[in-house]
Amino acid sequence: MKVKRAKLSWLERLYIPSILNGFKVTMRHFFSWKRSEVYADKQSNFAAKTTMQYPEEKWPVPTGYRGAPYLVKDVDNSTKCVSCQLCEFVCPPKAIRITPPGRDGDVDREGAEKMPEAFDINMLRCIYCGFCQEVCPEEAIFLLKDYVITGENREELIYDKEKLLSLGGLDQRAYNHHVQEGVDEGIKKWEKKTQDAKNQAEFH
Amino acid sequence: MPEFITELLTNHPWLIVAIKVLGVFAVVMPMVAYSVVAERRISAFIQDRVGPNRVGIPFTNIKLLGLGQPLADGLKSFLKEDFTPGHVKRIYYWMAPAVSMTPSFIVFAVIPFGSMLGMQKMVIADLNVGILFTFGIVSLGVYGIVLAGYSANSKYPFLGGIRSSAQMISYEIAMGMSVVPVFMLAADPAWRDGLTSDWKAYLEGTGLLNLSSVVAYQSDSLFSWLIFKQPIAFWIFLISIFAETNRLPFDLPESETELVSGYNTEYSSMRFALFFMGEYAAMIAGSALMVVLFCGGWTLPFGEYFNTPAQGLVQGIIHILVFIGKIAVFLGLMIWVRWMLPRFRYDQLMNIGWKRFLPVSLANIILTAIVLWAAA
Ligand code: SF4
Ligand code: SF4
Repeated sequence: MKVKRAKLSWLERLYIPSILNGFKVTMRHFFSWKRSEVYADKQSNFAAKTTMQYPEEKWPVPTGYRGAPYLVKDVDNSTKCVSCQLCEFVCPPKAIRITPPGRDGDVDREGAEKMPEAFDINMLRCIYCGFCQEVCPEEAIFLLKDYVITGENREELIYDKEKLLSLGGLDQRAYNHHVQEGVDEGIKKWEKKTQDAKNQAEFH
Repeated sequence: MPEFITELLTNHPWLIVAIKVLGVFAVVMPMVAYSVVAERRISAFIQDRVGPNRVGIPFTNIKLLGLGQPLADGLKSFLKEDFTPGHVKRIYYWMAPAVSMTPSFIVFAVIPFGSMLGMQKMVIADLNVGILFTFGIVSLGVYGIVLAGYSANSKYPFLGGIRSSAQMISYEIAMGMSVVPVFMLAADPAWRDGLTSDWKAYLEGTGLLNLSSVVAYQSDSLFSWLIFKQPIAFWIFLISIFAETNRLPFDLPESETELVSGYNTEYSSMRFALFFMGEYAAMIAGSALMVVLFCGGWTLPFGEYFNTPAQGLVQGIIHILVFIGKIAVFLGLMIWVRWMLPRFRYDQLMNIGWKRFLPVSLANIILTAIVLWAAA
């Protein structure tokens, strides 16, 4: 194929007009203090350009974002996890380690049959896949908003049960983070799964 | 000044030279460091980014708009592993960074960066063949790059080295030709008679090719600056300086997009930093040459105080600052252009060098000669 080259005029071949144009364009960018549309809601800080000044400014984390997995509590402030160990089993990188309570393990409230004696998540291994949240029958573990996970040594980044519970907070908050379209209030996991199964049955 | 220092300096004139060398070095090195910062900041602003704005005074929270960046950069290159790949030709590989950096610093030896300070002329070596010396030294710079390309023993540096040799040779000719008219004007013995007695004393014993003499020629008024008298020569010289210092749009030896990093691909750590410093020192030297040859050197056309050799210390320092300021303007231009123009294709580069600049600069010489002859 022959590429057609535009015939340049005498002036254009001097390069000078295009150099002047280049100056114009670069000047415009140099002196433009407007921020890009991405940060339109933070337009007040005119000193910055499209770069996000990270530790001071942060992305708004969208709902449904899969950050670090934490355990949640219910309204009575009790642990929801029943130590079924499904999450430990499903976790692809084996980030979760659960010590089950054994036959006569302690529970911290009445009516509960079983709860984990220890529950550790190694944040260095976790790949934020969300399988644990998906598999948990008790809606006890959720991937929340945190994405800045730093520590000074490896041990620090293995979060134990207390830490996971305190970071996770109330389950309602976790539901709200995972509001899904077509489901009114947060996750109603089994309802949705049943619905999906029905839809599929109809489809076949 | 205490007696013994005066005595020491009169008995050992080399001490004065050593002090001047140290002084120039102490000014040029920070300029190199800060032109890197300026480069990064200006490029960032042109590209709607922010650039390095974090590093300030170490161990404090004071950021100073990122002016501490050279410290961090330097520390980083010192701490990097100095890796020598197994396949390089060692001796040349070790020599190349030094060979590419030293010439750019040697150029400063003949540049008159100020008028007088105390009883001393502010030029390290007041050579009568200043400009010839500069051209000789500047053309040595290419050896560093060619050596780096050759010694690395791999394809990208090799291509970079080859490109650089061809490019430098072609642009050096245009550059040399372009300054001939400058000296045709400045080396006319007649104009020196009109100078003030200060100037006459200052130029005592210097030849007509001396760079201070070129400065004196331009000291009269704004329109005696050779940038106005010889615009074509200036244009060609400016562009050749871009090509000589491997700056965009002529950075073919490096051209990251096609040659990884060109001639310095195999270098790391301080060796790489030396190439980098060499490039920026060459930019400063080139800007200094442009200031001396075309923009009136350390003079400003604002009356006696600015355009005659200094009598006092303050005046001398102001002259030096004027010179540095003018250099900064050119550095800004060079940095700006880098983020503005795309790289030339190799054949276009050669085409411009040989088919445009060479004939135009020759024509300019002849034109100047005709004008001078007609005026005489
Ligand atoms: S998110 Fe994935 S990797 Fe992380 S703990 Fe849950 S299952 Fe394991
Ligand atoms: S978090 Fe959920 S899946 Fe994991 S052990 Fe507890 S109840 Fe089972």
